Amino acid sequence: MRTTLRSLWNYRGFIIGSVRREFESKYRKSVLGATWNIVNPLAMILVYTIIFSQLMKARLPGVDKPFAYSIYLCAGTLTWGLFTEIVSRGQNIFIENANLLKKISFPRLILPIILVLNACINFLIISCLFLLFLIFSGNWPGWTLLNVVPLLAIELMLAIGMAMVLGVLNVFFRDVGQFVAIFLQFWFWLTPIVYPLEILPPAVRSWMLWNPMFPVIQGYQNIFAGQPIADWTAICIPVVMGGLLCLLGWRMFRTHSGEMVDEL
Amino acid sequence: MGRIEVQSLGKAYKQYRRRWGRLTEWVMFGWAVRHRLKWVLQDISFTLLPGESVGIIGINGAGKSTLLKLITGTAQATSGSVHMTGRVAALLELGIGFHPDFTGRQNAMMAGQLLGISTAQLTECMPDIESFAEIGEYIDQPVRVYSSGMQMRLAFSVATAIRPDILIVDEALSVGDAYFQHKSFDRIRAFRQQGTTLLMVSHDKVAIQSICDRAILLNEGRVAMQGPPEAVMDYYNAMLAQRQSSEVQRRERPDGKVQTISGSGEARIEDVSLRNASGEQTTVVSVAEKLTLTVRAKVHQNIPELVLGFMIKDKLGQPIFGTNTHYLGQVIRLASAGATYSFAIEFAANLGPGSYSIAVALHSAENHLTRNYQWRDLAVVFSVVNVDKSNFVGTNWLPIAITIES
Repeated sequence: MRTTLRSLWNYRGFIIGSVRREFESKYRKSVLGATWNIVNPLAMILVYTIIFSQLMKARLPGVDKPFAYSIYLCAGTLTWGLFTEIVSRGQNIFIENANLLKKISFPRLILPIILVLNACINFLIISCLFLLFLIFSGNWPGWTLLNVVPLLAIELMLAIGMAMVLGVLNVFFRDVGQFVAIFLQFWFWLTPIVYPLEILPPAVRSWMLWNPMFPVIQGYQNIFAGQPIADWTAICIPVVMGGLLCLLGWRMFRTHSGEMVDEL
Repeated sequence: MGRIEVQSLGKAYKQYRRRWGRLTEWVMFGWAVRHRLKWVLQDISFTLLPGESVGIIGINGAGKSTLLKLITGTAQATSGSVHMTGRVAALLELGIGFHPDFTGRQNAMMAGQLLGISTAQLTECMPDIESFAEIGEYIDQPVRVYSSGMQMRLAFSVATAIRPDILIVDEALSVGDAYFQHKSFDRIRAFRQQGTTLLMVSHDKVAIQSICDRAILLNEGRVAMQGPPEAVMDYYNAMLAQRQSSEVQRRERPDGKVQTISGSGEARIEDVSLRNASGEQTTVVSVAEKLTLTVRAKVHQNIPELVLGFMIKDKLGQPIFGTNTHYLGQVIRLASAGATYSFAIEFAANLGPGSYSIAVALHSAENHLTRNYQWRDLAVVFSVVNVDKSNFVGTNWLPIAITIES
């Protein structure tokens, strides 16, 4: 463990360089550059806002302020975006870099680290814009905002754990990659992100207990709506699940990383 | 620093008969075995002392690249171990990790960092990298506009920017044009002189013989032979020709060199001798002396054609001159069992001072690769001394005259 950390530290130059390079390369030849980073989620939010709050007249029970639905939606989609970016890119990370892994000897954990850092930077940019919007629209939630930090930590734990498990599995069973793309779609719509929990029938609602992303997303939605987090006890499930996934991911990576190169 | 120790190294790939095999194994936590091990390398042991340089040769699929992967640590050994001391640089494939949209300088930086060189060191070396690659102002252009040769030059310059304790090279010597090949080879040679341990895989005989102290021949995943490059190369050549059924034998000559004799044996070389103008056997000749190489061959089975070839090699085993009766239009057709032929090859020893050997072969057609009846390396060993010519260097004697006008 300690030697792993030391070797990662020795490669910090490469990690920082790669993060910068990946960020730059995405926009290197585009005129609008990093603006696209923002336009994409903005477009999605616009679509959902129009369809759900205008066309389908969905209303959040108990909140009648203007922008209430938009804020609810942003709180869910932006954080969900961070989660899916890490999971869906993480499951391909070793396959994408097959050539590098086969030809150069370097600490392999660098690859997921670069990915997570990049996802976090993207998230940071878009959240800053969201926060500016909150300030200017007079919806600044106040100090309760700090509750986001532990929630983010839990979400990252879940995402990284899943990404590692799926990333290793995908090398050996390529079906995983196909399956996860579909699975994430279902997961998104089975989590109250674009719709409120209340519209679900009670029978389905009780199943939400087993969706580890539900309490996390609900937490964000409450924080940005200026409410206290409903219950911290529900957060225990994602914490435990995240911890287990990370352990499993680490174990799988340790035992199979040697064999992985033979399969790529 | 710079020691490589490989101990009973082995590598096996898992082969599953059915698609579900691996899944079953994973689900059962190793209680059910559904794979067979396919060994591609077995029982490889050798040691490289600091400063030594060793070449690995073998036919395609002999396991050379796998061995290098195990040594550099990209692949994991199934059995055995590799121990290395000091900083290792591997030139397995050049230009990996280059991003087409970034400049040469940025890519050089990243590639260096990926090889484990610190940012500070790289910044310090950057002028050297630039000047060695000789790509001029292209260094600040995106790699996308580079020619493949330019990419190779840059990649090679980065990979060898800092002298490693151990350098591992996989046929990466074909870097760009002839000029840069020489330059890169010179750099490797210079590293060697400064004490870098060198391990290289190559099919290039000349490269191995001119730079390596020792060669290791891999065959079917095992070490088939280890020893001086010349002897290993001869054995390898014999092995190449001998993919058909036939024997390869090695025996030590009185002077300690290992002689390889191989062939399918339809015709055999009975006697080889080198004679001077007065018909006496000789081993020391003077520059430009007239010589006759006599070869007596006996045919043991009826064969459609018989060709005699011979090759003069220098002390590193590099060919100086060789030809055969096929090229000279003197093929013996329909040689019948029991016939004996005597060949007398006359030539002048237009060679520079030094030690030379002659290899003799009986085969069919143009070369020994289709049918090799018998091949005999080091059939004759002789030395050339300069007795009556003015001083000169090199392996060839060219009678010359210089006219000076003022």
